[in-house]
Amino acid sequence: MEQSRSKKDFFENFFIILGRAFFTLFVPITAFYCFFKIFIILREGHAPQIVLTIIAILWGVGGIAGLYFLSYWLISKLPAIWNKRILPYLFVGPALVILSWYLFLPTIRSLYLSLFNETSTEFVGLANFLFCFTDEDMLISYRNNLLWLIFGTGLASGCGLLIAILADRSRFERLAKTVIFLPMAISFIGAGVIWRFVYEYKPPGEDQIGLLNAIYVWFGGEPQAWLMIWPWNTLFLIIIMVWMWTGYAMVIYSAALKGVPTSLIEAGRVDGAGEIRIILSIIIPYIMGTIITVSTTILIITLKIFDIVYTMTGGLFDTDVVASMQYKQMFAQHNFGTGSAIAILLFLAVVPVMYINLRQFGQQEGFK
Amino acid sequence: MKKGPSTTSFFINGLLLVICLIWTLPTFGLLMTSFRDRDVVSKTGWWTTLTRPSQANLTIDNYKQVLSGKKITLVDHKGNKRTVRGDNLNRAFLNSLTVSIPAVVIPILIASFAAYGFAWMDFPGRKILFIIVVALLVVPLQIALIPLLRDYGRLELTGTFLAIWLAHTGFGLPLSVYLMYNYISQLPRSIIESAIIDGCSHFGVFWKLILPLSVPAIASLSIFQFLWVWNDLLVALVFIGSKPGVEVLTQRLLYMIGSRGQDWHLLCAGAFVSMILPLTVFLSLQRYFVRGLLAGSVKG
Repeated sequence: MEQSRSKKDFFENFFIILGRAFFTLFVPITAFYCFFKIFIILREGHAPQIVLTIIAILWGVGGIAGLYFLSYWLISKLPAIWNKRILPYLFVGPALVILSWYLFLPTIRSLYLSLFNETSTEFVGLANFLFCFTDEDMLISYRNNLLWLIFGTGLASGCGLLIAILADRSRFERLAKTVIFLPMAISFIGAGVIWRFVYEYKPPGEDQIGLLNAIYVWFGGEPQAWLMIWPWNTLFLIIIMVWMWTGYAMVIYSAALKGVPTSLIEAGRVDGAGEIRIILSIIIPYIMGTIITVSTTILIITLKIFDIVYTMTGGLFDTDVVASMQYKQMFAQHNFGTGSAIAILLFLAVVPVMYINLRQFGQQEGFK
Repeated sequence: MKKGPSTTSFFINGLLLVICLIWTLPTFGLLMTSFRDRDVVSKTGWWTTLTRPSQANLTIDNYKQVLSGKKITLVDHKGNKRTVRGDNLNRAFLNSLTVSIPAVVIPILIASFAAYGFAWMDFPGRKILFIIVVALLVVPLQIALIPLLRDYGRLELTGTFLAIWLAHTGFGLPLSVYLMYNYISQLPRSIIESAIIDGCSHFGVFWKLILPLSVPAIASLSIFQFLWVWNDLLVALVFIGSKPGVEVLTQRLLYMIGSRGQDWHLLCAGAFVSMILPLTVFLSLQRYFVRGLLAGSVKG
């Protein structure tokens, strides 16, 4: 840096920082304010639903883009040197502001809140965490989450691989893949409704309307209330998740299988290896990286699983998992301290898994 | 696709067929149930429509009722007649649409801008800020619920569309920025440089060049975000709550489940109504969806 220009630089830098700050905040805050006002007007005017929908969509789509244009127009009026140094902040600024508000600061704030009591008025130290590790319901939820982690990830990933391998050797590959993949488009709650009719229980003597009980009775069993008996209820809930996420694993494995060089497989065949041996000793080691990414991705989903448990059993019959316990602490108990503490624990559990996932993904150098 | 010996091939195709059947059966059951009369839904299994087709009497009344809130007359066990208005999912459907479309467009637009900034512009703090954005991928959204709920309470935002758009934007941004960055940063440098030399500004390059070139990435990202938002329950429960008139489809379904038993015929039809849009999007754009999945996990 040249000393002689330092004073002029100082003022210029000051205004540039000011400009950066302004354009970082301009789009999100203006958008926020306009959306907010318009909704109040619409709500008080009791506009018909469809009008509200259309305006909301137009605003959501056009409003934000318009604000970017407006900011750009403002920046382009500035001297060229400023323009060049401020413009990047118009591009990345809005994302940074929203991320700070929605993810970055909440992480710190949750950590802070987790040290306070339920109404966040009194400092309680680590009492909330102590509760998390001693409360019986919490311990049950860890145990269940562990089941989810092991069986959910194992089954979804395993079935996905099996089906991918089968489909790769089959004549109706496309059809089979679409069928298996389809549940991914369905919401957890929709899947819950679907599976309700599989697990439904009617007392003995009545016609069973649940598929599982109907089959069970047909083989001579007593009808069972599947979702009330631990640990089977958790396993049956896990099956719903497996049903939904196997398609994801399958699609990715399928693409990876196509990348295994045929020369390797041919070489194996020449050496006299059977189909099973080829799969175990050539294909699986070759796609190991993919197996890790798929499994870690599903692992994260099972860690945060909430919807299935909440809609199927509401956490009754010892089916609670960590995320549903957090929801309960927040809304049933109104205990923000414990709720935050559970969220922090969830965060700590996700970090290492996500780290492995991202590192693996980075090694495979991504897009296209 | 390889052709093995015929017995192996028979075995493989057979096994695959069985798996596919198992996978479809639950959904098929619900589809059948949604067309059954309300009296039989909770009395006999849906498969009886196949085993005893003569007694099936399938009906589309459930759908009519769910979509139009058709008035129905019920006779209760004492013989009193009462008229109730059926559950109307139209409103919830529109609400879901109102939530979903902006909650897809806004984060992707903002993420594209940010991705371009990180990839092709030079400014102090670029690297560290990008690392922070990617690092935020590890934050589970549960952590944000309580702090945001308090902010929303203060701003009186709870139960508005704005609240839920912003929430979905915030939660969707890290992945969107990350994926868009991966795509945009791999576009050839020469195109961008020559456009800049020709006197185009960064803004012009982004708008006229980068966005059109990124359509494949934007398409797959949009499908993801759409399915995620449309199917979301937790964010809706927390930030919309039980505000009447703003409830989305997943919430309505939850209440219908809560009504245990007597309204199951509506529940089935309702579940299918809620699945129509995501299934259509999914089936028609499956190619982009798969491409997006691969981009997020393996090299394609």
